Amino acid sequence: MSDELSIVGQSLVKPDAMGKVSGQTKFADDLMLPRMLFGRLLRSPYPHARIRRIDTSKATAIPGVLAVLTGEDLPVKFGILPVSQDEEALAREKVRYVGDPVAAVAATDEWIADEAIDRIEVEFEELPRYMSLEEALADGGGEPIHGRTNVHKAVALEFGDTEEAISGAAHQREDIVFFEGNTHLPMEQHAAVAQYGQDGRLTLWSSTQTPHYVHRALGKVLEMPMSRIRVIATPNGGGFGGKSDIFAHELVAAKLALVTGRPVKITLTREEVFYAHRGRHPVLMKVRTGFTKEGVITGMQFQSFLDGGGYGSYGVASTYYTGALQTTTYAIPRYRFEGARLFTNKPPCGPKRGHGTPQPRFALEVHLDKVAEELGIDPVNLRLRNLPEPDSRTVNWLRITSCGLRACIEKVAAESRFLEQRRAMPAGRGLGFAVSSYLSGAGTAIYWNEMPHSEVQLKVDRGGGVALLCGAIDIGQGSDHILAAIAAEVLGVSLDDIQLTTADTDLTPIDLGSYSSRVTFMAGNAARAAAEKVRAILFEAAAEALQCDPDDLQARDRRVFRRARPEDGMTFAQAVVAAEAKRGVVAASGSYTPPRIAGPYKGSGVGPSPAYSYSAAVVEVDCDARTGEVRVPQVWIAHDIGRAINPMLVVGQVEGSVYMALGEALMEEQTFRLGLHKFPSMLEYKSPTALEAPVIHTYLVETIDPEGPFGAKEAGQGPLLPVIPAVANAVYNAIGVRIDEIPITPDRVLKALAEKAKGRLPRVGPRRVPAFAFPALIQVERPPEWTQS
Amino acid sequence: MPVTDKVPVHLLVNGEAYEVMVPPYKTLLEVLREDLGLTGTKHGCELGECSMCGVLVDGKPYLSCLAMPLDLQQAEISTVEGLANGNEPHPLQRAFAELGAAQCGYCTPAMLLTAKSLLDSNPRPSREAIRQALAGVLCRCTGYLKIFEAVELAAARSSTSPPAAHV
Repeated sequence: MSDELSIVGQSLVKPDAMGKVSGQTKFADDLMLPRMLFGRLLRSPYPHARIRRIDTSKATAIPGVLAVLTGEDLPVKFGILPVSQDEEALAREKVRYVGDPVAAVAATDEWIADEAIDRIEVEFEELPRYMSLEEALADGGGEPIHGRTNVHKAVALEFGDTEEAISGAAHQREDIVFFEGNTHLPMEQHAAVAQYGQDGRLTLWSSTQTPHYVHRALGKVLEMPMSRIRVIATPNGGGFGGKSDIFAHELVAAKLALVTGRPVKITLTREEVFYAHRGRHPVLMKVRTGFTKEGVITGMQFQSFLDGGGYGSYGVASTYYTGALQTTTYAIPRYRFEGARLFTNKPPCGPKRGHGTPQPRFALEVHLDKVAEELGIDPVNLRLRNLPEPDSRTVNWLRITSCGLRACIEKVAAESRFLEQRRAMPAGRGLGFAVSSYLSGAGTAIYWNEMPHSEVQLKVDRGGGVALLCGAIDIGQGSDHILAAIAAEVLGVSLDDIQLTTADTDLTPIDLGSYSSRVTFMAGNAARAAAEKVRAILFEAAAEALQCDPDDLQARDRRVFRRARPEDGMTFAQAVVAAEAKRGVVAASGSYTPPRIAGPYKGSGVGPSPAYSYSAAVVEVDCDARTGEVRVPQVWIAHDIGRAINPMLVVGQVEGSVYMALGEALMEEQTFRLGLHKFPSMLEYKSPTALEAPVIHTYLVETIDPEGPFGAKEAGQGPLLPVIPAVANAVYNAIGVRIDEIPITPDRVLKALAEKAKGRLPRVGPRRVPAFAFPALIQVERPPEWTQS
Repeated sequence: MPVTDKVPVHLLVNGEAYEVMVPPYKTLLEVLREDLGLTGTKHGCELGECSMCGVLVDGKPYLSCLAMPLDLQQAEISTVEGLANGNEPHPLQRAFAELGAAQCGYCTPAMLLTAKSLLDSNPRPSREAIRQALAGVLCRCTGYLKIFEAVELAAARSSTSPPAAHV
């Protein structure tokens, strides 16, 4: 019998698949409890206004209305980051965007709740609004959104003398680009159901990616011990980062249940989902880089300006992320990053797939495409001359372990025949190339602590079943499968033998949440650790019965047997019985704590990850010079997954990332007019349909990461990153215009073509960044490997 | 104030006859979910934009969020709960599970029913015909490719004829 893997690496049907195809999976809005009330939020119609007075008496008087809340009922502030506790469940003094919740009701049906919302009278005093970076920075604009300035966060770090490196370089270039904001658009609207029992215990079911953080926030805002609060994350009908914050409707549903003593459900309308947002930040960027004449990077300066919306949310982390991962993709010997996030009167921005990194990725990859042309080096070769090494450290102290970027680049370049084909495309058609890297989980927790980031408990029963408990929540990415497959592989049982209980704060140990592409790596390692402990217990008992050394045993095909003599063994269930007879309950727990790898400077907590994934993509575009429309017939993408626990699910994540990237590249934008969201509906917020789906050639590169579970790294976010700039580079290859602004909409393409026809610079995009006084640069010493060379 | 007078509605859903008392303005989506307990049919927008609420009415895709039950008392309504034959999944359900065509699973009921309607009228559709048929059902997870492949697999298993080139 071999030691080959039997479940890990197989494209098996995931454990939650049949529930999903049968419609039996219970999403949050599918929960219907006896005597359940329906909650609704009243939201601000103004982007920036002071609340003068709220009169709820007419709402309260309606028969069937059981509770009406205002900000005074929930005065404790909260926020996902400890440094940004700036939100209120219901605004008390001020509203900061159209859609900011102000009051709430619970009623016996939805129509009565709607009626009650309409009867609440609020007197607002409008304040000057800030709807852009420029407005947020303008002097004399009136009262700032928070405190004394609209600057939420400003950072400035330098690793080595970049000015010297760039101005002394053989070649240098500066680019200014803009990436418009867009939103997650999960098909499932956010929903939460709260229940408060006579026993004084509160339960909240919510479509959330981060039940642990919701648990903490409920304790804080409701001023209740967390031990009396149970949060159960329901399977998310799509997350993409949009359900990883703490939302007003979750806190309000809980409070309404406390007040009424009855279950309360709040499901957001589609329009409200656009206001809940926490999506992609609009970011204006400037990148300046020096190169040797051979195209080797000598130094880089990167500036980003983030349009944050009305509250902090994850914004401090987002700001750092716009500067953190340039160096994991390319070997940059000296690096400066300056970033500023500004408050504006829009729905708060936060993390969307790729959190803070698709925007700089767009900037950098378009920048390099231009440099390649100037230096007469092909775009593939230019990348290959600047690759990071495996087992290295970046200039900003990020630790790289496995790195399959070279293999990814070579694979897509060869399969697409990029270098030959890009010069041979028919009129209007073009090919573009770009690369990227991403985290396999954030190396530091949102709130500082020394505890594990993921924990798993395993318990086996006498019948051979395995109960696996973990706080991780499946948002469609396949985390249930990862947990089950890893446990089944280690224990030598079938996937069907694993019974999962996930994301229930009463029952399951912590997993910090389905964000930052962390679940496979972190919960996967915790599952492996727990399963190995259980296996050791079983082997000890089995070895005694078989009169052999436990080290000689193997578990596979629901049996425990001697590796050298496979017929000499017992069933898995018999091994459980032997172990239970010997020592009682057979159970164990495993946990994962990332290595302490943050660098020696303030701000070094954003960027470190136990492992980075790598991707490279070639995109083919077909541009219509008459209409400005850009279509994408074909995409080649290679992704360094470390090891694919389930190749089919990994390919699914890659294809989904390509899809979402194309939506962002070509059509999706969250924009505003006179303070109002231009199109808070799915019809007008354009996203790709089945008709736009390109052919996608996906290639998985396996580098077997030394610390990943069975060598695995992330798949959910990284593959989105190279696709957006590859589209922009392909448009240039196709029609010779530079669209330095995302999305690449037909009007922008036509404008650039018109410029080209007039003999002007064939480009659409920003020309300058605002005058802004960044803080004094913090000069950070570079790691020794960079100063010794 | 909302009208609260309820009216009797007779519906035939998945071959089963139901009689419920509901306010006349309640949509088919709401009646299916709240009065019949058939929560496999989903909300997405309530405006007919996303097709999460898709069911079949007399075999054709139908947006239940825009449909009034009183208008459909003579019709045969099918939801995802009626797709399997007892415990035997429909070939589409099996193919969606096997190929990873359901990621979060939220659009899956509507995708399955829309694909069933296609296969019932065109047992071996071309890729283009599948794209066209599913174009109104949004999916945010998959990029649609595995959904196309699953429909093709189910069609291949249920039929002996080769896929049409252009139909």
